[in-house]
Amino acid sequence: MTTAVGADTARKPVTMAQALGRALRDAMAADPSVHVLGEDVGTLGGVFRITDGLAEEFGEDRCTDTPLAEAGILGTAVGMAMYGLRPVVEMQFDAFAYPSFEQLISHVSRMRNRTRGAMPMPITVRVPYGGGIGGVEHHSDSSEIYYMATPGLQVVAPATVADAYGLLRAAIASDDPVIFLEPKRLYWSKADWSADAPEQVPPIGRAVVRRPGSGGRRGATLISYGPSVPVCLEAAEAARAEGWDLEVVDLRSLVPFDDETVCASVRRTGRAVVVHESTGFGGPGGEIAARVTERCFHHLEAPVLRVAGFDIPYPPPMLERHHLPGVDRVLDAVARLQWESEWTEGSAV
Amino acid sequence: MTVLEQPGAYRPTPPPGWQPRADAAPLLPDPEPYRLLGTAAAADISPDLLTRLHRELVRGRRYNTQATALTRQGRLAVYPSSTGQEACQVAAGLVLEDRDWLFPSYRDTLAAVVRGLDPVDALTLLRGDWHSGYDPHAHRVAPLCTPLATQLPHAVGLAHAARLKGDDVVALALVGDGGTSEGDFHEALNFAAVWHAPVVFLVQNNGFAISVPLAKQTAAPSLAHKAVGYGMPGRLVDGNDAAAVHEVLAEAVRRARGGGGPTLVEAVTYRIEAHTNADDATRYRPDSEVEAWRAHDPIALLEEAMRDRHLLDDEGVRAARESAERFAADLRTRMHQDPALDPMALFEHVYADRTSQLREQAAQLRAELDAEAADAGKGE
Ligand SMILES: Cc1ncc(C[n+]2csc(CCOP(=O)(O)OP(=O)(O)O)c2C)c(N)n1
Ligand SMILES: [Mg+2]
Repeated sequence: MTTAVGADTARKPVTMAQALGRALRDAMAADPSVHVLGEDVGTLGGVFRITDGLAEEFGEDRCTDTPLAEAGILGTAVGMAMYGLRPVVEMQFDAFAYPSFEQLISHVSRMRNRTRGAMPMPITVRVPYGGGIGGVEHHSDSSEIYYMATPGLQVVAPATVADAYGLLRAAIASDDPVIFLEPKRLYWSKADWSADAPEQVPPIGRAVVRRPGSGGRRGATLISYGPSVPVCLEAAEAARAEGWDLEVVDLRSLVPFDDETVCASVRRTGRAVVVHESTGFGGPGGEIAARVTERCFHHLEAPVLRVAGFDIPYPPPMLERHHLPGVDRVLDAVARLQWESEWTEGSAV
Repeated sequence: MTVLEQPGAYRPTPPPGWQPRADAAPLLPDPEPYRLLGTAAAADISPDLLTRLHRELVRGRRYNTQATALTRQGRLAVYPSSTGQEACQVAAGLVLEDRDWLFPSYRDTLAAVVRGLDPVDALTLLRGDWHSGYDPHAHRVAPLCTPLATQLPHAVGLAHAARLKGDDVVALALVGDGGTSEGDFHEALNFAAVWHAPVVFLVQNNGFAISVPLAKQTAAPSLAHKAVGYGMPGRLVDGNDAAAVHEVLAEAVRRARGGGGPTLVEAVTYRIEAHTNADDATRYRPDSEVEAWRAHDPIALLEEAMRDRHLLDDEGVRAARESAERFAADLRTRMHQDPALDPMALFEHVYADRTSQLREQAAQLRAELDAEAADAGKGE
């Protein structure tokens, strides 16, 4: 962090939603080729108000209310990118991005490859995603695995206010397409932050140790991203009472995946649990567990475990708390990491 | 008689604020496809244009037969021929300015070649050594697009972007009759009309989507009629009349360039060959139908009109054919050379910078290739 000491006085509580809006504003001010488009992003400022004020400040040509058609929005963004613009598309909700998948998979992700680099796709697709906000059907999906399975896309999910700003700026500046997953239930999370002296966030593709552990005999790594990071931090805090010393890795970017940071942590602790809302079967945790096992096998004291959403369609709001991985479920998994009991330790010789 | 037509029926006043959004009548296409060749108006077409159209049509036909032959010789993986549709291809290739953009589908390599692309580069996708063989910026030709109608929103976005930047650029997007059933067709036309984007959509209605005839594709009076629902003009044109297609497209391009917004053009034509070399058209259409369309051949139509005006004689036809023959011979020679393949290029353009995972995988393939090369060395 490079925040000057003096600038700290300007730091005040800011929500993730505000930081995201500020990132869009600063990106548009810095680069006239940045154009925001989506449903209700203009006059209304988006249903989550992330684009509030952009149409007013930059005009409707820069922040455009489009017709209601996700494939059309992303498809025209492809054409705009072909002509040298840097479109930032807002999908209104996770599950409403699905109509745009053909454009995403067949063109956005492949155009650079198809044209041997002649036609990169500097497109950012912002997707408010995940559950925990009491949304009715189609408003709470964790859709990251669909994006992760498509080469050519970068997939990013911030967990903190500072990352929301820094990663969105990085996403917009990237010459490759970025699926920018905004954890809806963290939109109103607050942190002391200053837009005038934003923390430096490393480039897309770097994870961060959000809570260091000592890596001793009671250590383990919780690997997570987006809305599950606060859950892991809370679990790590609660685990201290049980004598566990948990390190929390915030992936920040699912693609590219930071094997280095993740594996360095797991090699130190010898145990790992992956935590996410997305379904477990075929979910991101399977890939992460496999990568960790392939690379850290001789350091592992236990199988890499996964704490994920159930393999069910996202539940109705009055039942979602049973689905979402919470602190207890994380602690249960930690308890199953094949710890040597006091008795075994004492009688080992 | 409806309830409202009954004498003394209550006549509602329109809901508050209701008014028609536009007059539909000027947007409607003519009932019959527009024709120029063989009409009195053909006398006014510039001789230069006719000569250019003729040269390109003859060369285009030869290009199609040559490319089909290359599939039999194993030099192309597949070729969707535009034989019979050359008038549309040539007009689309000629009608744009240099700075304009063309958005072709898999069947439109000829239009790209007419626009100036090297045919070997245009055929790269169909040869299979890469997904696209040219820098789209070089001739302002987007990569050939295979997922139906998905190129249409790209054309709209590009045209819109150009207008926002203050550039005088028009995009011409090609699509087939089958492609008009896709959602992207609808979304593209709607965006174009709402944004008033300088785009022209050319539907080559060649009668079929592989085996499925137009009657199973749409219940619309014509594909051009679809324009009306979006608030743009629809034009219906004889797709085998090169002069008519050129004129209708030129007018639509002019309109777009002048800020008049998009146009939908339906060119009625026919796919003389099977869908591709791999298709058997006898399974779904009678030869008699094909023969009827052969009698309405775009080259014959043009030659007749030109001979009527003494703009073409046997010598002119011979010269055009000879020139087409030289073009085909050159294409044949170059396509018979094996393309240079570099397996390591597979990792090059996935992202601007290789991820650590791709670096590892590239190293794996490198090792496999080295081992292969070493084995081959031992065998000698
Ligand atoms: C989205 C999509 N679905 C299916 C196909 C397979 N397909 C390739 S060409 C074709 C027929 C297209 O017909 P039309 O749009 O009339 O164009 P034409 O081939 O006649 O030029 C089909 C079904 C495809 N390329 N893309
Ligand atoms: Mg067709």
